[in-house]
Amino acid sequence: MQTIFSIAVDALAYGMVLFVISIGLSVTLGLMRVVNLAHGAFAMIGGYIASYAARDLGLGYGAAVLIAVFGTIVIAIPIERLLYRRIYGQPELTQVLMTIGISFCIIGIANYVFGPTLKTIPLPPSLEGSADLGFRSIAVHRIFAIVCGLAVAGALWFAIEKTAFGVKLRAAVDNAAMAAALGVRTEVVYAVSFAVAVGLAAFGGVVGAELLPVEPYYALRYMVTFLVVVSVGGAGSIPGALAACLLLGGIDTTGRYLMPEFGEFFFYLAVIAIVCVFPRGLAGRMK
Amino acid sequence: MATMNEAATALSAGRRGLGRDLAGLAVILVLAGIGYLFFPNNLALLTRITAIALLVLSLDLVTGYCGVATLGHAALFGSGAYAAGIAAVHFGITDPLLMLAAGILGGALAGLACGVVILRAHGLPQLVLSIALIHLFHEFANKASPWTGGSDGLAGIAPDPLIGLFAFDLWGRTAYVFGVVLLAIVFVLLRLVVRSPFGMLCRGIREDPIRIRAMGASPTIALLKMYVISGAVAGVGGALNAVSTQVVGLDSLSFTLSAESLVMLVLGGTGSLFGALTGTIVFMFFEDLVSAANPFHWLTMVGALLIAVVLFAPKGLYGTAAEIIAQRRGAGR
Repeated sequence: MQTIFSIAVDALAYGMVLFVISIGLSVTLGLMRVVNLAHGAFAMIGGYIASYAARDLGLGYGAAVLIAVFGTIVIAIPIERLLYRRIYGQPELTQVLMTIGISFCIIGIANYVFGPTLKTIPLPPSLEGSADLGFRSIAVHRIFAIVCGLAVAGALWFAIEKTAFGVKLRAAVDNAAMAAALGVRTEVVYAVSFAVAVGLAAFGGVVGAELLPVEPYYALRYMVTFLVVVSVGGAGSIPGALAACLLLGGIDTTGRYLMPEFGEFFFYLAVIAIVCVFPRGLAGRMK
Repeated sequence: MATMNEAATALSAGRRGLGRDLAGLAVILVLAGIGYLFFPNNLALLTRITAIALLVLSLDLVTGYCGVATLGHAALFGSGAYAAGIAAVHFGITDPLLMLAAGILGGALAGLACGVVILRAHGLPQLVLSIALIHLFHEFANKASPWTGGSDGLAGIAPDPLIGLFAFDLWGRTAYVFGVVLLAIVFVLLRLVVRSPFGMLCRGIREDPIRIRAMGASPTIALLKMYVISGAVAGVGGALNAVSTQVVGLDSLSFTLSAESLVMLVLGGTGSLFGALTGTIVFMFFEDLVSAANPFHWLTMVGALLIAVVLFAPKGLYGTAAEIIAQRRGAGR
């Protein structure tokens, strides 16, 4: 019972962190049809900036999160303007190569600037320790990660389903050319969603730093996980991404708890099974 | 239309094909000779380049000729390497040619398994499947340590002298010559394969699978066959690596090797065997040069190189060069 409970909490927290990071990837993939393997690198940049702000500048956790999100967006915008613009609409292989190249560069630079060691982001006292639920106690940070994931999911759902921008976004996802012909300024939609996607990646990188530790190979190590989540969930679908994150987070965490020596074996086996059964993702709308 | 044009050019190319085969063979042998003469202390690196060239050639078969995007091709290479290594260590088959056969068999079986899984999807799911497969292979080899040596690697491979005459010396001369001969044979065979009706069918599938299906051929069966051939070629590379280094490590089944081989292929140019060879040689020398000068910046340099290739030479070094030459010829007429 104890084990089941801790597996459930950890799986939920892990799944939510995955969700926060990869939902941005899912939106950009569904919207711009860019297979962005550098997405994890943006999450890593967020983690590094937060670590620098909190540890070396001594700022509070909230301020560090804000600086990380905006700093990452500021770094990402020129990259989008100069490099991503050129691969919109190109074949997948080209996009994969370009974005792998970008992540390799970011890894190399991060390694050079911050060194190869693990970076921690000190938690504020209110997020340390554990909360007593009466029958069990769970780490407050886990609850915080779960709440963040739910908040992001709720906010995104509201923005996409209920606002005017959401209408334009959905129109551009379904048929960019027709949306543009009807007067939607698709390049603005693209730019805003790219910025939001990168900001969310950075946010997830900071919030999830306890579960996915920040180090130079972060981008490469978890890139696969994020891509898998998006592919399993189906590009551009929030419920699909949420379901995929919870499912894969559950499989991964359960595997680690019950059969730690088999590591990621079950995770990848499950991925292959799911992709073979649902080639378009759980809630896929990819053509 | 594109298919017909390509078919027409391929037909005229077919007449010159034999000459090109011989020219390619001559280039390989001359380059190998130059390497032997100028880098006698670096034969291990040159042998490694030969083995990786076989991997990149095999990747070109599925990515360049069939249009299958995969980031897990090292699974085939590593399976070949482990098959050869396990044959030597656990079954006492130390004849290099028999080890080679084991490698080919292992690679072809891995190709069959990977093909069955990867060909079920297209686009991004296909990429994800290939990534999941390479991690699965890696994890499996890591866990089956009684057979594979786990993360320590499979050591203690001691190949017999080649055809009973040429022992594998400390300088790696025998291994190098063995590798070059293998590469030359594989190259000629692959030139025949890609020009055969079967090779044309695979190119047709890359262009338009629905039309090929309408013409009465089965795309999946053809691609699966190509995958098995590709696995056999990668297996040759893996076996060569096992024979020459006498150890098989987990890195031969790594995602990094898969990604790097894709980078090499694209650097040289997809859809051309010459492109695959060019890319491998340029990349491996570049790697040797940069990582010797400053290992810290190696990844940054590869990244920058990749971005530059995508931006400025999307057809790869060989493809771009061939295009320029063709344009000059066109202008000359």
